[in-house]
Amino acid sequence: MTMLSIQNLHVSVADKPIIKGLSLDVPAGEVHAVMGPNGAGKSTLSYTLAGRGGYEATGGSVDYLGEDLLALEPNERASKGVFLSFQYPLEIPGVPALTFVRTALNAQRKARGEGELSAPEFLKLVKQKAKDLRIDFEMLKRPLNVGFSGGEKKRMEVLQMAILEPRLLILDETDSGLDIDALRIVSDGVNALRAPDRAMLVITHYQRLLDYIKPDRVHVLVAGRIVDSGGPELALELERSGYDKYLAEAA
Amino acid sequence: MTAPFAIDLRNAETFPTRRVEDWKWSDLRKFLRAAPEPSPALAVAPGGPFAALGGEEIAFGNGRDSAGASEVGYVARGRETLRLRFVTDASGTGHQARATVEVEAGAALLLLETYEGSGSAYVANAGLSLKLGKGARLTRIVLLDDQADALSISAAEVALSEGAVFEQTVLASGARLQRHETRVAHPGHGASVRLDGLYVLGGERHADLTTVVEHAGVGGETRQLTKGVVSGRARGVFQGRIVVAHGADKTDARMGHHALILSDRAEVDAKPELEIYADDVACAHGNTIGALDENALFYARARGIPEPEARAMLTEAFLGEVLDRIEDERVREFARGWLGARLEALS
Repeated sequence: MTMLSIQNLHVSVADKPIIKGLSLDVPAGEVHAVMGPNGAGKSTLSYTLAGRGGYEATGGSVDYLGEDLLALEPNERASKGVFLSFQYPLEIPGVPALTFVRTALNAQRKARGEGELSAPEFLKLVKQKAKDLRIDFEMLKRPLNVGFSGGEKKRMEVLQMAILEPRLLILDETDSGLDIDALRIVSDGVNALRAPDRAMLVITHYQRLLDYIKPDRVHVLVAGRIVDSGGPELALELERSGYDKYLAEAA
Repeated sequence: MTAPFAIDLRNAETFPTRRVEDWKWSDLRKFLRAAPEPSPALAVAPGGPFAALGGEEIAFGNGRDSAGASEVGYVARGRETLRLRFVTDASGTGHQARATVEVEAGAALLLLETYEGSGSAYVANAGLSLKLGKGARLTRIVLLDDQADALSISAAEVALSEGAVFEQTVLASGARLQRHETRVAHPGHGASVRLDGLYVLGGERHADLTTVVEHAGVGGETRQLTKGVVSGRARGVFQGRIVVAHGADKTDARMGHHALILSDRAEVDAKPELEIYADDVACAHGNTIGALDENALFYARARGIPEPEARAMLTEAFLGEVLDRIEDERVREFARGWLGARLEALS
């Protein structure tokens, strides 16, 4: 079953075309990597899928589980299972991490017509997931991401994934700013979420992350288009030869 | 002894105009040209917003207490709570009252001061004289709940002795003109002052929080944090002045004012001032006025939180920092409830 189907997508930011005819299918149960050089449109793709203001789809379509994804508000996308893991997770002063996650979970449950989780149920859930990710529970009482290290912020992103249980995960440069130990913990957390009814789009510049999160398919994004697709071996090839070949073609 | 009212409702010549520097953003004369008719007598039932916190109660109804006096004094000798209520139920009339509160050396008072206005287009004026003995502690919570078309003025003179602690949190929801003024004589020598404020303004409401702290002695500490949010066509005013006199060395004073503007037609005017005539002092002030962080807002929405809820969450978190500084848990919880209700009324 195709979970995400992007057809001939065009996206402009401040009237400047960034995505120029991108097509991509991600079936349920698969992990697809999108690799590309700086400026190829990787972050634009992830923000467009999450619904950020200022990212205007000027053409094409994005179908998510049979629905027009682009017609939905960001919070509607989230409650239908789309999760964007931010390259730079935001600091939210004054809102404890626990409060933020609980508010998000209950908002999503409410939107889906499910009941809110009680406080004890929620705490039990968070404690277990935090333990898996080696997150000190005390840290969750602090304002979300305020003063957290790069690694702690990424672990908080994975904790939110684990609690919100999305269907489609979009990981935007999740490896940036991580040392090897943090990368391993984060990757283990992401891999634990692999499931037949869940798909992942891993957006990255470097091949390194894909040693830990093994993709089924690799797509090369250059100048706003997918210019090549292949198996995991394509990522290794890119690591050796770089993007020069594609950049020359695009120019 | 109490000082006379700076503004006396019986004498229109005492009503400042915006040409008076301290009143340039709160032009009283624009709304009040002549002395208002005196308000009728009003009997006040005991209780008020802080009834659950107990303690002693002094209540003015339209400017008079139950014995008909418009001036009342109170002396705290132990650990006490006083609910000082300025209750108004009047339409188109005016009244004023004055209270003198003294906290004796070593004593501690929780002063819960409420302005409870009903009716319409009234003019209410309050004057307070607060005196703290050596090592005394006064925690003052001021709740300003006035009608949208009211004129409401409250001015306090605060005198501290050495080693005294004065902590104040003002919660303002505005009126046609709502002015809350605090002037503190700070002796240094171990005395410390916390002067906080919060304003939540919608519609065409106006609130003005003005403070002056004069450090006269060595080694005084002042901490000040005021935050506010304005929407609609509301206007928030913050004027904070800290004066460090010649010889008041080692003064440590910090002032912050931060406001959120939620609509194009709302306005915030701020004037933080430090006047320093001493050496070796640590004084700082910070002032920011802006909108909610759009990036944080998108982040919250991308996690499933609908926009109105996300805005409310971020706004409440922004303002909540002021309430976190209230030590008494019951008062803090009350203030949180007040803030939540006020924010809900804004949206």
